[in-house]
Amino acid sequence: MDEEFEQLTVPPDGRSPAEQPRWRQDFPIDWPQDEYLSRREFIKFLLLTSAAFSAGQLWFLVANFLRQREAAATAQVIARVDDVPVGGSLIFKYPAEDSPARLLVRVDENNFVAYEQQCTHLTCPVIPHVDVGELHCPCHEGVFDLLTGRPLAGPPRRPLALVTLEIREGNVVATGIEKRTV
Amino acid sequence: MTRATEMEFFIDPSRCIGCQACVQACTECDTHKGQSMIQLDYVDRHTSPQTVPVICMHCHSPTCAEVCPADAIKRTADGVVQTARKPRCIACNNCVLACPFGVPKMNNRMNLMMKCDMCYDRTSVGLKPMCASVCPSQALFYGMREEIEKLRPRSRSVNSFQFGNQTVTTKVNMMVPRQSPIDLVDVAASLHQITAPQTMAPAEDALLANMFVSG
Repeated sequence: MDEEFEQLTVPPDGRSPAEQPRWRQDFPIDWPQDEYLSRREFIKFLLLTSAAFSAGQLWFLVANFLRQREAAATAQVIARVDDVPVGGSLIFKYPAEDSPARLLVRVDENNFVAYEQQCTHLTCPVIPHVDVGELHCPCHEGVFDLLTGRPLAGPPRRPLALVTLEIREGNVVATGIEKRTV
Repeated sequence: MTRATEMEFFIDPSRCIGCQACVQACTECDTHKGQSMIQLDYVDRHTSPQTVPVICMHCHSPTCAEVCPADAIKRTADGVVQTARKPRCIACNNCVLACPFGVPKMNNRMNLMMKCDMCYDRTSVGLKPMCASVCPSQALFYGMREEIEKLRPRSRSVNSFQFGNQTVTTKVNMMVPRQSPIDLVDVAASLHQITAPQTMAPAEDALLANMFVSG
């Protein structure tokens, strides 16, 4: 410690500063020492802060990796093709009964799309407007593209999770869920 | 202007006339928000009108700061122990209970311990503290040591006090008669009965803070 911060306060036991416990250095009574931030402390602060940020980034990588390792959802029949009229929609649970609601929309004669029904802003249910090709969230006027599930307007910034579909023998079959961040 | 480090505070309780001027002046100091940090104690109201002004002694090893769990009480480089820092003080009253001189005061409205800071805005620039500037009998004296030695040849200053096993040395000086020995009082016992004070040689230079209570 610098000369100008010479210790003024004498500890009650009267022993020298070197013999004092460590906490006396950390919580000095003298104002100049209390205000003083040593270069070593500052560098320690910078290092620990950046280490925390790096650990956060690593955690994102690990979380991504774990999500990819998750067992793929099993294929599941949602409905018969004939049950959903063109422009019509259907709410289903996938992959399990306690999963969040998914939305199946028949866009035209041959094409179906299915998304997570919760808006990516504050999880209000979205409503399909097939005539204008949009999914509309009534809570904060959020709009998603019906064909891709990507946000078009309003507060949501992330696309809706996509349920991949196949048509097998006149049945609409969900084959998996694709979580997307962009 | 005299440099602040050469100026010292001397309390001479035997000169106190109990006029309360210091108490009033203290409220006008800018550093403690209109609150008076001085208390004027009566020694023994039944037998004597003698009063003692109590200001912070600014210990070299401040017991209040030692016991503070929130690291709120700090001492500036010139040895003045300051009021607790507002963002840190948790109003736990540890310092109020621990101070051997009974100086810190808890402000319950602000949840802040406030204490005499020797009018830091004034003394740090070489002015006298408010109380010393108004004291008509100069029981509270702020000035150079040579000055008071010349003015009061029959007194000597003491800044070391014994409380049980704890020896407290202070920045503020207490004026005592030059010749008389120093009394040691068993505080706990004297609460119940007045005993003859033990004496020790003046050379040892230790004084019990409530020597004035011994009667």
